[in-house]
Amino acid sequence: MNLDFGVVTQSLPYLWKGMQYTLQLTITAALGGLFFGTLLALARLSSITWLSSLAAAYVNLMRSIPLVLVIFWFFFLVPLMLQSITGAERPPQVGAERTALITFILFEAAYFCEIMRAGIQSIPKGQVNAAYALGLNYRQSMTNIILPQAFRNMLPVLLTQTIILFQDTSLVYVISATDFVGAAAKVAQRDSRLVEMYLFVALVFFLICYSLSLLVKRLQRKIAIIR
Amino acid sequence: MAMIEFDDVSKWYGSFQVLKDCTTKVEKGEVVVVCGPSGSGKSTLIKCVNGLEPFQKGTITVNGISVGAKDTDLPKLRAHVGMVFQHFELFPHLSITENLTLAQAKVLKRGAEEAKQKGLKLLDRVGLIAQKDKFPGQLSGGQQQRVAIARALAMDPMCMLFDEPTSALDPEMINEVLDVMVQLAQEGMTMMVVTHEMGFARKVANRVIFMDNGEIVEDAAKADFFGKPRSDRAQLFLSKILQH
Repeated sequence: MNLDFGVVTQSLPYLWKGMQYTLQLTITAALGGLFFGTLLALARLSSITWLSSLAAAYVNLMRSIPLVLVIFWFFFLVPLMLQSITGAERPPQVGAERTALITFILFEAAYFCEIMRAGIQSIPKGQVNAAYALGLNYRQSMTNIILPQAFRNMLPVLLTQTIILFQDTSLVYVISATDFVGAAAKVAQRDSRLVEMYLFVALVFFLICYSLSLLVKRLQRKIAIIR
Repeated sequence: MAMIEFDDVSKWYGSFQVLKDCTTKVEKGEVVVVCGPSGSGKSTLIKCVNGLEPFQKGTITVNGISVGAKDTDLPKLRAHVGMVFQHFELFPHLSITENLTLAQAKVLKRGAEEAKQKGLKLLDRVGLIAQKDKFPGQLSGGQQQRVAIARALAMDPMCMLFDEPTSALDPEMINEVLDVMVQLAQEGMTMMVVTHEMGFARKVANRVIFMDNGEIVEDAAKADFFGKPRSDRAQLFLSKILQH
């Protein structure tokens, strides 16, 4: 086989743009997912029955369908739904990038919810009692006492989930968003250099994810000492 | 008006009754020790006082405010009722100083400097000012419990509840905590103390309540209780824990 990796160096600026989008999507989806996931976790643990069942239903739904399907849904169905609601002549264009962002936040929220729920449940009941006994209300107890500890305990798992999310973002290529993989695929097809481009993409993903997972391991040891 | 008044309080876990028609009171400035075998409901009773445990029947009033009433602002009431737990329950992610100031700032809306001064003064009082920048995990059990007492006192409580404050401590650390509690009692703090430390009861209690199976079996002045408890169950309990 005749391999020519020159195509990689030539397209680096374009690939970098794709990578920037991938990183942006990962970070935004992780932060948004963490925020909404935490709210979902609080809802799931709530003593208000309808609220906790609603949150549970959402989480179970999201976790039971493939991500790629959720992406399609939002890309094709949501504009149609918006059209039927607003009665517009043509479906409003949400755009691939924005669709991806919304989808990932909503999807990741379900996973981060389960992590934060485990984190909250890992905090002894006595901590809640101590917070309440000092006169803190529910919101103050959560934001000052329970959630910071839950977050700290779960940090390694949250980061691991973020690494998975980083890999999953490559799925946006199905709606032709130009992320890192999408950019590489476009170059690969244009120059008929599929093997070189996909080898390079795999190498980059491996290096980033593997070094991050080593970092998480170190962090885990550090947290174990603090505790 | 008594500081804490229990009137016919009953509580069930499902069909299991953990408190049976408990009626007693704690007068202002009084120190009342609650003792009894494990599972007798004494911890549950004390947790009902600040509403950490709900109860289904009867009333508890603290300084005239009904704990179980629907319109009672529980956080506000709790802010003025200090509580010390068996397992200290300091906040492990916060420094000792932050443990002492958090509720002052968030609940009593004290300024940062005022809260800190108050906290450090109390920390000094329990002999731990040198530990102010450490984290709870770096302190011994006895030290943590003294910080927990200081944390409760920082809220200027009108009374203090102690739920087995020395049960989780190594024997050599029990006295340092009891010393703080004795001092507090001698200063006139209203205290309700669930404990097996009969030495503490003899020294500072005004009254001793003995519970068994969710009932208040004995409710007597200290001299009467240690002199000759009226019930067989209380006598049996005392003979068991006072043997050594």
